[in-house]
Amino acid sequence: MSVALAIIAFTFLGALALGLRARSGRQMSLEQWTVGGRGFGTLLVFLLMAGEIYTTFAFLGGSGLAYGKGGPAYYILCYLALIYVISYWLLPPIWAYAKARNLFSQPDFFAAKYESRGLGLLVAVVGIVSLVPYMVLQLKGLGIIVSTASYGAVSPAAAIWIGAAGVTAYVVVSGVRGSAWTAAIKDVLILFVVVFLGLYLPYHYYGGIAPMFEAIEAARPGFLALPERGQSAVWFASTTLLTALGGYAWPHVFASLYTASDPRTFRRNAVILPLYQLVLLFVLFCGFAAVLQVPGLKGADADLSLFKLALQTFPPWFVGVIGATGVLTALVPGSMILMSGATLVANNLYRPLSPAATDASTARLAKGIVPVLALVCVGFALHGGDTIVQLLLMGYNFVTQLFPALLASLMRRNPLTAAGAIAGIVAGVGSVAATVILGLSVGGLFPFLPAALQDINVGVLALTLNVVVAVAVSRWGALAVAAPGGRAY
Amino acid sequence: MHHLRWLALLPFLGMLVGPFFLNRVTPFVLGMPLLMAWLVFCVLGTSAVMGVIYLTDPANRTAGGTDSSGEGR
Repeated sequence: MSVALAIIAFTFLGALALGLRARSGRQMSLEQWTVGGRGFGTLLVFLLMAGEIYTTFAFLGGSGLAYGKGGPAYYILCYLALIYVISYWLLPPIWAYAKARNLFSQPDFFAAKYESRGLGLLVAVVGIVSLVPYMVLQLKGLGIIVSTASYGAVSPAAAIWIGAAGVTAYVVVSGVRGSAWTAAIKDVLILFVVVFLGLYLPYHYYGGIAPMFEAIEAARPGFLALPERGQSAVWFASTTLLTALGGYAWPHVFASLYTASDPRTFRRNAVILPLYQLVLLFVLFCGFAAVLQVPGLKGADADLSLFKLALQTFPPWFVGVIGATGVLTALVPGSMILMSGATLVANNLYRPLSPAATDASTARLAKGIVPVLALVCVGFALHGGDTIVQLLLMGYNFVTQLFPALLASLMRRNPLTAAGAIAGIVAGVGSVAATVILGLSVGGLFPFLPAALQDINVGVLALTLNVVVAVAVSRWGALAVAAPGGRAY
Repeated sequence: MHHLRWLALLPFLGMLVGPFFLNRVTPFVLGMPLLMAWLVFCVLGTSAVMGVIYLTDPANRTAGGTDSSGEGR
């Protein structure tokens, strides 16, 4: 066993032990299991929310994006900061409403606000369909990281099986408490590793940050800014905004907000988290350092740029530390995803449809679903092929379609009815699926638009359609009720 | 101090509108390309703005902070 592999294995076992111990004598009711009894203070909520940022995407994808695309990669610095700004006002009312009614999950919230079981079911289905590809992405990243960092000693498939088994074990036993405590080690490790790499690599290869950027600008002029067409400033603004709106529509992120014991936690986090996510700047530095050092990685291989550069720079033990960090970036979000997915199936699909269900039977079912869901995700990760990329693209835009109905439900007078919200979400999700499957872009759909507007992210179109349909159906319903003799519904 | 919450629009303006005007590599600022340096500045500014809003928000002074009058005005 190589040093690198030993370090990765040790970290994995440590995280597993910590996750299993986090239960510490508590009775695991559904409320304890999914939302930690709503008793988490600022630090644990902070770690959970921050933990969801530093996924394998941030680690591999962030550096890969900088390496492959250059300037457009800057958007990952921005959308998270905007998510936190929105969270300051969005989360406290959601939290207060959920606490008062003892809600566990995202569909619970929609179903209660709109007094519509149908909407709850729809939101649950959208959530599950979006979560699966997200989990598959974590597993695939895990496989790549472990096989690269172990110098090929462990195959990606073996790493995926072991990782999925470990995360399933501690999710079933400890629920959200396991995730919070493994998030704590992960964050310490990633802070150290990413900041070190982001500074060391530019200094080692170029003699500093400024010389690195000057060298890149000399070799590839304009690479460090946004291009005129394609991923232009219009693309940048529309993508950043869309991603920021979609952030809190993810079911597992939504679920983590229920863990807080006090809404001030969110407001405090809205101040600190923008600074904390600047760690991503160092991830970008790593990707840029690789541009001139390991040139020629194309397409999906761009995501390997950080590891390729690390392998040619560092001794095995440090490659092992980087690999271990990468493993944790997959496990922690993975555990939140599995738990939310299982809660969605048990609490929001099974329970509303089976009147005999009790709290205890729902909790048992949720835990039973975790391994099944993990198996489904492992299956996709090993045999999914390219379809998973399409699913992921859809997943992100799918959950964003929940945002208009969420925002409207928090207004003093909700302008949307349940029927309107359902119609809007269906229209939005349908058009996202259509545009992704048919590979459409705004420019392709509306070739007559001015050149600049053709770069708008196609997700904006779906969101607009969503809002228009939702408002139209809500209005039409209200008119039908108000009309003389009209007996709608 | 209610009007201070409008400061929250600044991060949106800086990040979404700024790139239209500052989409350049040079001059380098603190060693970073101009656009990147601007966006980093915006992130730091976001934290500062949210800090000011947090400190002046009456909702954070009530016990438990659950007073809904502090939100959604």
